[in-house]
Amino acid sequence: MGDETMSGAEIVLKALVDQGVEVIFGYPGGAVLPLYDELFKQNRLRHILVRHEQAAVHAAEGYARSTGKVGVVLVTSGPGATNAVTGLLDALCDSVPLVCLTGQVPTHLIGNDAFQEADTTGITRPCTKHNYLVKDGSQLARVLHEAFYVARTGRPGPVVVDLPKDVLVGKAQYVGPAKVKHKTYKPQTKGDLKAIEEAVKLMVHAKRPLFYIGGGVVNSGVAACQLLTQLLHTTGFPCTQTLMGLGAFPGSDPLSLGMVGMHGTYESNMAMHDCDVMVCIGARFDDRVTGRINAFSPHSKKIHVDIDPSSINKNVAVDLAIVGDVAHVVEDMLKVWKAKQLRPDEKVLKAWWAQIDKWRAKDCLRFGSSDKVIKPQYAIQRLYELTKDRDTYITTEVGQHQMWAAQFYKFERPMRWMTSGGLGTMGYGLPAAMGAQIAHPKSLVIDIAGEASIQMNIQEMSTIAQYRLPVKIFILNNQYMGMVRQWQELLHGGRYAESYSAALPDFAKLAEAYGAVGLKVEKVGELDDVINQMISIDRAVIVDCRVDQAENCFPMIPSGAAHNEMLLGPEDEAEKPVSEDGMVLV
Amino acid sequence: MILQKEDIRRHTIAILVDNEAGVLARVIGLFSGRGYNIESLTVAEVDTREQLSRITIVTSGTLMVIEQIKAQLRRLVPIHKVSDLTVEGPSVARELALVKVSGTGDKRVESLRIADIFRARAVDSTNESFVFEIVGATEKLDAFIKLMEPLGLVDVSRTGVVAIARGPNPI
Repeated sequence: MGDETMSGAEIVLKALVDQGVEVIFGYPGGAVLPLYDELFKQNRLRHILVRHEQAAVHAAEGYARSTGKVGVVLVTSGPGATNAVTGLLDALCDSVPLVCLTGQVPTHLIGNDAFQEADTTGITRPCTKHNYLVKDGSQLARVLHEAFYVARTGRPGPVVVDLPKDVLVGKAQYVGPAKVKHKTYKPQTKGDLKAIEEAVKLMVHAKRPLFYIGGGVVNSGVAACQLLTQLLHTTGFPCTQTLMGLGAFPGSDPLSLGMVGMHGTYESNMAMHDCDVMVCIGARFDDRVTGRINAFSPHSKKIHVDIDPSSINKNVAVDLAIVGDVAHVVEDMLKVWKAKQLRPDEKVLKAWWAQIDKWRAKDCLRFGSSDKVIKPQYAIQRLYELTKDRDTYITTEVGQHQMWAAQFYKFERPMRWMTSGGLGTMGYGLPAAMGAQIAHPKSLVIDIAGEASIQMNIQEMSTIAQYRLPVKIFILNNQYMGMVRQWQELLHGGRYAESYSAALPDFAKLAEAYGAVGLKVEKVGELDDVINQMISIDRAVIVDCRVDQAENCFPMIPSGAAHNEMLLGPEDEAEKPVSEDGMVLV
Repeated sequence: MILQKEDIRRHTIAILVDNEAGVLARVIGLFSGRGYNIESLTVAEVDTREQLSRITIVTSGTLMVIEQIKAQLRRLVPIHKVSDLTVEGPSVARELALVKVSGTGDKRVESLRIADIFRARAVDSTNESFVFEIVGATEKLDAFIKLMEPLGLVDVSRTGVVAIARGPNPI
């Protein structure tokens, strides 16, 4: 049979190996010592020791999102598990497949307020796709295989498996993954063919069509992105991407309008507002995308393709819903389109593109250039130009620098862009870059950061030193929590409460303290040299890039405004004050 | 579009789940976390061999919210089936209440007379009290309890609604 008896800890490691796991991000503690003892005795699984459990989860996210595999985290009970919570919710919001193993006090102590006890399944229930508490060793192997299945199937997400210490020590039977079939969880992957035909019919007769694509396309895989690119080139329709969808379709393709939403391009948002057929694929009509909901794309028929039925009709009522995996649905759309030899009315489409070109001509991402001070947009532009021909992965923290990175760095391929979209977690970028670098040791991995965000997980510089990871940290240092400051300027009369980054460390010296290289740049003329130097150094580098402190991120749809009420720049700011209604929104 | 109709409606939803630790917390947490109403909730194991429990929830919301509640429930991993009994054909719904009435004299006699009209049974009796058991639709129980109020009503315990589809087919 091959079903042998072994300790719980051995079962866990065997299950991980059988699931194809190669790397675990973790931090030891009392409750998981039996697992660490087994890890010590083997060399098939590599363990990366982080410096804080939150970073373990973000690192696993970076690993998962840059490879398409399930990321694995191992933390101890109590504080180990609670420190992981932010990362788990981040992964849930952005649909990242993770399995997080948490230690737990022995079963006979559960409920006794034991040392380092936390109700981990209770605390993580709303922050995970699913979670398990394994009280019986005989269930251990099945639960672990199920956890991987649930994490990667359907809309991916994080799964917690809580492991009491006595279960790790006790003996039980191992069963292999082939023998585990899930009883209830079987998401639909093939879309309804009738609905797909209907969708294609709407598309071909559209006068002002628009594809609106999101992270679900990336999650569906490289094949899905290629199929969608094919569909777009077949139809000749314009395409806008969400923050999470960047890279699903080549950013430099003429059909790409760039990012949509609060800090999206003028042409994207105007096209969203004015289109007559919207084809939403793997996106979820998030409030950062829709703006004021009752003014959202008022004249369009909306087609929504998503693997998660609860995403459909949640925020915006759609006209045609197709539940299924993007790759399958898009493949069927292409088949139908080709079988019927469809051609959209070229004249009509040309008129729509003419309108779009007018919007493009606004050149909404332009910014006041300067030769005295580095404009943050310019810094990202240069970073893009000097790294675009390399094998590059970009992560970000959260704030203005994140939006500038999304606007000015063009992604040609999926799984190259990792950012905290749904939860907006400051401190995501550095550990995510670590995880991406471990998955791609020879690639150029850059964390585009702000001086405030980077300090939220700065301790990971130590992890980076330990594993000699050549991660590059490019800090746009404006000495403010820039996005907070921007909102205070727009909404709160310029009262900059607590948004100034006081008492900053010398980032170059900090880099040196962690055994990395520190670079500083203040002059516009030196920027290219410093970026090139950063790229050429085969070690971790922190670049402290001093940028214009007062720069704001535009274009912007203020809270409570519609897509066609964008602020295009500082001159608009004065003319269109933000409404009182918008103030209560986030 | 039909989904945008804003009128609030009441729906009875039957859910078949694996009878495992935490499954009720998942369902309740979903309702509280997303701000949905629970008007009544009942749960018990209904299949010991397969270890399945059935949860019946009465909830209210706009059509869009009701659809969202069902989609969110179906997303929970240990859920076998979600059935909206309010829209999926005719169904039977029942609730049981135990109603304690204390008092003597005319009021005591009157409570017994009304109980008889409602086909409620006295399941406990002292010289100064009755406990009535009444089964029926929620509205019937409401009416009975209201009538008992002036007659010495001191305590009520209700099960919440259980419901099942009419006809030969299972959930």
